[in-house]
Amino acid sequence: MEILLQQLINGVTVGSVYALVALGYTMVYGIIGLINFAHGDVVMVGAMVATTLVVAMIGADPGGVSAWFAVISALLLAIPVCMVLGWVAERYAYRPLRRAPRLAALITAIGVSIIIQNVAMMVWGRNYLSFPHIIEPLVFQVGGARISLLQILIIVSATAIMAGLLMVVHRTRLGTAMRATAQNREVAGLMGVNINTVISAAFLIGSALAAVAGVMVTTYYGVAQYTMGFMLGLKAFTAAVLGGIGNLGGAMLGGLLLGIIESLGAGYIGDLTNGVFGSNYQDVFSFIVLIMVLVFRPSGLLGERVGDRA
Amino acid sequence: MQSTKTFRLLAASAAIMAGFAFGPAHAADETVVKLGFAAPLTGPQSHYGEDMKNGLTLALEEANKQNIKLDGKTAKFELVVRDDQADPRTAVQVAQQIVDEDVQGILGHFNSGTTIPASRVYNDAGLPQIAMATSPEYTQQNYDTTFRMMTSDTQQGAAAGEFIVKDLGAKTVALIDDRTAYGQGLADQVAKAVEAAGGKVISREYTTDKANDFTSILTNIKAKTPDAIFFGGLDAQSGPMRRQMATLGIKAPLVSGEMTRSDTFLKLAGTAANGTYASLAGVPLEQMAAGKKFAEDYKARFKVDPGVYAPYAYDGAWNMVTAMKEAGSAKPSAYLPKLRSLQRTGATSQDIAYDKNGDLKEISVTIYEVNNGKWEMVKTMVSKAN
Repeated sequence: MEILLQQLINGVTVGSVYALVALGYTMVYGIIGLINFAHGDVVMVGAMVATTLVVAMIGADPGGVSAWFAVISALLLAIPVCMVLGWVAERYAYRPLRRAPRLAALITAIGVSIIIQNVAMMVWGRNYLSFPHIIEPLVFQVGGARISLLQILIIVSATAIMAGLLMVVHRTRLGTAMRATAQNREVAGLMGVNINTVISAAFLIGSALAAVAGVMVTTYYGVAQYTMGFMLGLKAFTAAVLGGIGNLGGAMLGGLLLGIIESLGAGYIGDLTNGVFGSNYQDVFSFIVLIMVLVFRPSGLLGERVGDRA
Repeated sequence: MQSTKTFRLLAASAAIMAGFAFGPAHAADETVVKLGFAAPLTGPQSHYGEDMKNGLTLALEEANKQNIKLDGKTAKFELVVRDDQADPRTAVQVAQQIVDEDVQGILGHFNSGTTIPASRVYNDAGLPQIAMATSPEYTQQNYDTTFRMMTSDTQQGAAAGEFIVKDLGAKTVALIDDRTAYGQGLADQVAKAVEAAGGKVISREYTTDKANDFTSILTNIKAKTPDAIFFGGLDAQSGPMRRQMATLGIKAPLVSGEMTRSDTFLKLAGTAANGTYASLAGVPLEQMAAGKKFAEDYKARFKVDPGVYAPYAYDGAWNMVTAMKEAGSAKPSAYLPKLRSLQRTGATSQDIAYDKNGDLKEISVTIYEVNNGKWEMVKTMVSKAN
């Protein structure tokens, strides 16, 4: 029982990060129908910037910097850096291609991803950066399972951020404009919505979420490297598709679900199949779940069936 | 007249460039000896590739200063560098590119998974190859061109397995590997050695060389309460793994192979690193006269401390250069027999010599433990094959 609980805690922690990143994919897809493959690399830049700043702060004044002050400053630096990055990518790489065939934009997104990775390699080098161990490794016992302070923080702040995003999208003028643009870009434009502003806003918000996810990943795992965005981006993209790409609630559900499936899969496949399949089939099972969902609900768990707009 | 000015500038730079291009040609008594090198220079394992490249570069720069005469001319060694991205398919492609560059020998690849498929290309071209790969299969393909820089996993795994059971007193062991040719091979050898020493493998879990979340497999292992956990894989995985073991409250020691015995591991595992063990081929650098000098020269040249693999790469490059020097020729057919009968003292071993397969004859494996955030030697196990 405590193992099940522990696996759920593991899964929900990873899932919260997947969900935050998946939101960036789904927002952009919902509005302009582009799968922004560079999104995972924006997460990486957030993690690298945060790690660099915290290392520098501790280097300048060892012992004198409070952990929370360091992490919050890292967030405050990583968020604007990622927002600028996301905005620049949209303004100079995707906007000129907005009326081009979808494939052109998709390939451009892959190109942007490669550029970000290589620039990061030049700036930070090929070595793994280590996030200093400044947050107290406080661990709580819950029914035999262990949950660390950091895990609680990740789950709580991810939930709060997602709730905030839903509020923005459903309660503000900007949110209304976003939903209108998602439904029909031309008509929304005719109704006086500034399409460019709305699309830029989607990229800015998505990148800010990516920065937060990046800081979470680097503080939780203690690692940052220029290639880390690829795998994370792939997982988050899977989560977005699982939940129904274009749907905000779907991205959140998909992220959490993917995290839990992965962790339960790795934990129980071996015992359930009596050792025939081991944890080497962890990813296989995640993707089997994804394929099953897509077979029976082609638009994802919460996705709505929409006409092909391409 | 803006255009004339531009033209003059262009003409001047063309003249300078021509000067560079024809410069070395004036020294008619010089010959350029190209040596091929491939390793992961981009991607998650690029820090290992760079470490290896620096070790090779240092050796070849030293060799160039010695004005070695090969085929009647002064040899200038040059490294032909290619990125194999730690990917077996890319490795075969770059192997062909390297062969097409008219190289005289190969110092690479890094990973076992890339070295084995690429070795066929080099063997077909008749090029001697000294690789970092530690997987036993590499030298068992009946090629006469395959040599190693480092002890194979058979020996390292045997030493690590014996250490886990006899020295750590572990009766039950859990194994994790990263599904690469290296990690899987090493874990298999450890499993054999553990069983041979009277221990029991109670759990075998898997991850990838790109993962950084191991909480679910560790939770699984925790439920089976092993006395020790062995991981076959990279420091980028073992570092976070060690941290997550601490969070999950797993008290069993973590034992791993040489890829973990790095400063990157210490940085990534942080305060949780203490009590981790790792095996590494050879004896500690500071115990060898040439090793100490190597570490100082490396630091002076690259401004960083050498990583795990740089000294082995350095020795590997010198092995090839020494064989060429003894043969007085850079022709593969001429120096290959000299490489086979090589006998020299290097930075990592007093006694570098190859057996008939191209494995190192002297087998020494040192076990290290993390103490107060530093790798410290526990014991060295030396034996000689044949």
